[in-house]
Amino acid sequence: MDSTISEAHGRADPAGRTPLRSTATDGLKIVVVGGFGVGKTTMVRSVSEIRPLNTEETMTQAGVGVDHNTAVTDKTTTTVAFDFGRISLNEEMILYLFGAPGQERFWFLWDRLFAGTLGAVVLVDTRRIEDSWYAIDRLEHHGTPFIVARNNFPGSEEHSLGELREALTLSRDVPLVDCDARVRESSKRVLITLVDHLYALSTARETVS
Amino acid sequence: MMIREAVDSEDPDRLYTVTGGRSRADEPDLDLVTLIVSETDPVPGMQSEHVRILRTCRYPTAVVELASELNLPVSVVKILVSDLLGSGHVSARHPSSPRASAQLPDAAFLKKVLVGLHNL
Ligand SMILES: Nc1nc2c(ncn2[C@@H]2O[C@H](COP(=O)(O)OP(=O)(O)OP(=O)(O)O)[C@@H](O)[C@H]2O)c(=O)[nH]1
Ligand SMILES: [Mg+2]
Repeated sequence: MDSTISEAHGRADPAGRTPLRSTATDGLKIVVVGGFGVGKTTMVRSVSEIRPLNTEETMTQAGVGVDHNTAVTDKTTTTVAFDFGRISLNEEMILYLFGAPGQERFWFLWDRLFAGTLGAVVLVDTRRIEDSWYAIDRLEHHGTPFIVARNNFPGSEEHSLGELREALTLSRDVPLVDCDARVRESSKRVLITLVDHLYALSTARETVS
Repeated sequence: MMIREAVDSEDPDRLYTVTGGRSRADEPDLDLVTLIVSETDPVPGMQSEHVRILRTCRYPTAVVELASELNLPVSVVKILVSDLLGSGHVSARHPSSPRASAQLPDAAFLKKVLVGLHNL
């Protein structure tokens, strides 16, 4: 990663990255969100043209639940780490796929990081359904279109998707699919399901207005 | 884009050194996936982070990729990129998707995304 090291190897491009084509003009975002260990990074890796990369964002929030008599501790620092991969859709359009943790502090940064996101995939591990409730609630709150994908860990198929839909109190309008995040074709299917859903929403709106 | 009541002050030491003490006020309207492209080579005496950005952006590079590459928080990278935008050393290719979460891209745009995904 150190630039002096890559220069010593005579590389024009630091760290041996796979650069984008010079014709790339339009970056798009899709977020994969879900609880700890649900397979977010695995899904990003299985469809990405680059090895997933990590980064983080930090924000200090002032005045959340502040006791005005205490002058010192009226700030909380929020740091969230997330990873991402990339898919060149055509000469111009580059889709960035983000794997984002669904825990509470993450949502403070949602607007800053993911405004303009096409949509989201909520990845569910049926052994820990609770983790998904919060993510679904937050996405609805932010008005971000999403689908739900059940990652097929051992035992996940003991219950039907219909039962899962009920457990998640998921509206009929939200697509719910099965996947194996380790398999490229399966992850690709999940992304296509999301964009099909967005397409349907978009055409419905265009007919109305 | 920002959370209104939020005040920014990141890891003080590193942010201060890298950005010369500037904060969010100078941060331009850059998205995670805005693509940055170098317009010139680095010049002698330039800050090392600026040099690395110019080298990396010989090919279009998203802000988030720069953050990962430089190992700095996204908001710090935005400030560094805005310096280079101001001095004309780089240009920015902004995403065409609407920023407001309640808005959807049009169907023709989404069709192109679908075609790209099917071709994967
Ligand atoms: N059986 C099975 N295992 C999976 C599947 N997807 C992921 N895994 C495994 O589950 C583990 C966790 O996957 P990760 O992709 O690291 O999960 P994550 O959501 O990124 O985890 P954190 O970032 O730590 O929250 C890994 O060991 C994966 O190999 C799947 O579809 N089936
Ligand atoms: Mg992960």
